[in-house]
Amino acid sequence: MTATEPREKLVGQAIKRREDPRLVRGQGRYMDDIVLPGMAHVKILRSPLAHARIRNVDTARAAEAPGVLGVYTGADFADVNALPYAWQAAGVDNHVNTPRILAVDEVHWVGDPIAVVVAETPQQAADARDLIDLDLEALPAVVDAEATTHNGAPQLHENALNNIAFEWDCGDEAGVEGAIGDAAVRISQRIRNQRLIATPIETRGAIGQYDAGTDEYTFWLSSQAPHVHRLVMAAFVLGHPEEKIRVIAPDMGGAFGSKIFMYTEYPLVGLLAKQLGRPVKWIEEREEHALATAQGRDHVTDLDIAAEQDGTITGLRVTTWANLGAYLSTAAGGIPTTLYGRMVAGVYKIPNIHCKVYGTYTNTALVDAYRGAGRPEAAYVIERVVDLVAAELGMDPADVRRKNFIPTEAFPYDTGIGMLPYDSGDYPAALDKALDLIGYSDLRQQQADARANGKYLGIGFSSYVEVCGIAPTAWVTSEGWGAGLWESANVRVQLTGKVVVTTGSMPHGQGHETTFAQMVSDGLGVPYDDIIVEYGDTAGTPFGYGTYGSRSLAVGGTAIVQSVEKIRDKITKIAAHMLEVNEDEVDIDAGTAFVKGAPDRNVSFGDIAATAAVGAGLPEGVEPFLDATTYFDPPNCTFPFGTHIAVVEVEEDTGNVEIKRYVAIDDVGNVINPLIVDGQVHGGIVQGIGQALWEHGVYDDGGQLLSSTLMDYGIPKASWLPMMELDRTVTTTDVNPMGAKGAGEAGTIASTPAIVNAVMDALSPVGIKHLDMPLSAPRVWTAMQEAKEN
Amino acid sequence: MQVSMTVNGQERSGEVEPRTLLVHFLRENLGLTGTHIGCDTSQCGACTIHLNGKAVKSCTVLAVQANGADVTTIEGMAKDGELHPIQEGFWEEHGLQCGYCTPGMIMTTADLLKRNPNPTEAEIRHGIEGNLCRCTGYQHIVKSVQWAADKMAAQSGD
Ligand code: FES
Ligand code: FES
Repeated sequence: MTATEPREKLVGQAIKRREDPRLVRGQGRYMDDIVLPGMAHVKILRSPLAHARIRNVDTARAAEAPGVLGVYTGADFADVNALPYAWQAAGVDNHVNTPRILAVDEVHWVGDPIAVVVAETPQQAADARDLIDLDLEALPAVVDAEATTHNGAPQLHENALNNIAFEWDCGDEAGVEGAIGDAAVRISQRIRNQRLIATPIETRGAIGQYDAGTDEYTFWLSSQAPHVHRLVMAAFVLGHPEEKIRVIAPDMGGAFGSKIFMYTEYPLVGLLAKQLGRPVKWIEEREEHALATAQGRDHVTDLDIAAEQDGTITGLRVTTWANLGAYLSTAAGGIPTTLYGRMVAGVYKIPNIHCKVYGTYTNTALVDAYRGAGRPEAAYVIERVVDLVAAELGMDPADVRRKNFIPTEAFPYDTGIGMLPYDSGDYPAALDKALDLIGYSDLRQQQADARANGKYLGIGFSSYVEVCGIAPTAWVTSEGWGAGLWESANVRVQLTGKVVVTTGSMPHGQGHETTFAQMVSDGLGVPYDDIIVEYGDTAGTPFGYGTYGSRSLAVGGTAIVQSVEKIRDKITKIAAHMLEVNEDEVDIDAGTAFVKGAPDRNVSFGDIAATAAVGAGLPEGVEPFLDATTYFDPPNCTFPFGTHIAVVEVEEDTGNVEIKRYVAIDDVGNVINPLIVDGQVHGGIVQGIGQALWEHGVYDDGGQLLSSTLMDYGIPKASWLPMMELDRTVTTTDVNPMGAKGAGEAGTIASTPAIVNAVMDALSPVGIKHLDMPLSAPRVWTAMQEAKEN
Repeated sequence: MQVSMTVNGQERSGEVEPRTLLVHFLRENLGLTGTHIGCDTSQCGACTIHLNGKAVKSCTVLAVQANGADVTTIEGMAKDGELHPIQEGFWEEHGLQCGYCTPGMIMTTADLLKRNPNPTEAEIRHGIEGNLCRCTGYQHIVKSVQWAADKMAAQSGD
């Protein structure tokens, strides 16, 4: 290839992932694969009761057991701070209670850690754990998000009257009141968004190591944000200098939000390592994951809807009780407020909206971000609202959507409930494309035929928007987040011409090594194979906020692009000097810098890299080395959107829901690697379908978790699913230079209401208007029987 | 107690407790950490290996039960540094994201394709339903299996 032939761009191509060869060979290095010399093993004794006073913890027998190195209780860590709470519900009082390393005096949920055993082997630690004698005085418990606020409910914390952690609202209360008063059509409905358990196939884990000579801790953590974990441990929990803590995040077997937060086990392994003078490892058991890892959703919501006869929605009142569990997790305050309340308008222009949220304490596991985090709950609310209106008026749900869509010419669009303005969108285009792909005109006829044959066929829509690429720091701090949300990247070119990219993002299945290398390869015109992407270790890397909120490309990717730009500028300067021309006469492509119009006068990227690295022959005033760091704080979030359509059939005899077809049109802006984006969308859709049909973290009234194993918790299986049909529309954004919006959560946000709406459509002939998730066969069958009897 | 077995073609032995599970023997005694653990109720399939030529969940077998057996783990799939066609299929069709379920999926797929070299989509979905994947939604896994079936058919036709 000569310099005049532009090199083929890699951005936009479905390149297979460079992460995969080692993973398919079984050469990944996940938490439990890490073995350190002298490593000891930790098992945690957790409360079997949802609410109890700790009378006594007798560790004597356990301490004598074979292989045991130490047994500790809350008293041993009484001087260690409780975990910090980093995202307040903004603008209101938050009555904060956060977990301690081990419980002291009282336990507040089944899973609350009480004691810890360290032994030579995990089996010995587990055996000794069984020998700890617990004397607990049971106290009454409460598990329901709303009932916990009732008079007479058991009280969890002295500072939270009626178990209310905060009361928050957004929108125009009086306006909604008026709209409902004036409305031709009024609908009220209570809906529940059930509790979910994240359930990555690899559970959490943590390894702590302490070097007494240097006073340095090294942690290996299941972490979507290693720098944040280090900062939080340094500043708030351990009180140890940040520069003497190193956090490494090894390969992670999925996370879905659950590995963002600060957990008690993380500082614990460090403290134990210091105490014992040996590295210690804790690997979460599957049941522990269900009990003790932050869970998702769990809202009770009352809806009051005002509409006109033509389907125009004129007012929406949303009152939500958000179950936050026994204590506040790291980001617990922000999820049901900023990321939920401010998104309930969805893709619609609704003149009057008010959303009130009660964040409540209950005797259950902590609740925090889980894939989508607030936005799936918001999409579920508004997409059910639209279908309730359509059903009430006997209108086609596609028409009600179209009637209320935010017009394409209205962007950037402010919904008036405190969200940043939606950057760009074309909602009718996505709907039209979805209708086209599914063959909607024929589909309604097929449905009529099926119904005539006694079959329950349903078609369900979900037109969603989500807020991604979080977030401008000034905005998110005004929304109660206690830090920044910019992202960092360092790009440096070694003497050999190889390019090293260090990102503050923290991939755990999203394929950043591939995507980012594609971008840098295009940006610098260097071969893809000459670029390596590094992440996951705080040692010597710029501070970064990590991967969640579909932010890695929109925010982290922009930091990379800007670092690449800085390097290009410097390359141009050096090349101009070497070629003895002015800078504006130099162009860069295909691994060379050349004189515009005279491509034969060129210097190779390798020569420039070597010149820069050696530092001889540089233009006056130019520093050696090609090395650029960027901290990018986005001017806005991004707002991906789309329409999904599900076709389901409900089996009359069993209530079983079969998904016949699933069409997804997503608009995530420009796509760097379509193969990877499709994979993200598939996985997201299936997680959302899981919520609609099978998944439920069930607590009984006494606070026992009934779904603590994979036998009881309905993770979707391959045989339960159809092939999804995907396509895209592309509406770019000017929030970042790639014009990309984010794809990690879209599927999950969209699919839950699409499926539920389809099932409700299927059941409409028997007069069912709403059922709560999960729409399991027994629940659907029972509802059908009851409906038929009436 | 002492156990010995053939693992990926090599004689291996080690000292275990009677209660030691095969998955722990493979991971801890032999350092073969490609076999993963995702649950303690035999639900997830992350620990799937081949025992005497059949796919089994190695968390359901005691190490002593495998005494004298022939075991293949994910580390034994690539031959002479060349990926097995199933490994290639997962790479080609983006059949993995985090990769944690992948070794188990690949071992299950190998057994499936041995029994049924040309499975339908439904047969694939049924065949891998004992292996959970939380990342991919299975669609690209199904395609990976189809890719591998095609490649293996082409190879055996050679
Ligand atoms: S570890 Fe889950 S099935 Fe074996
Ligand atoms: S790729 Fe992550 S669990 Fe399957």
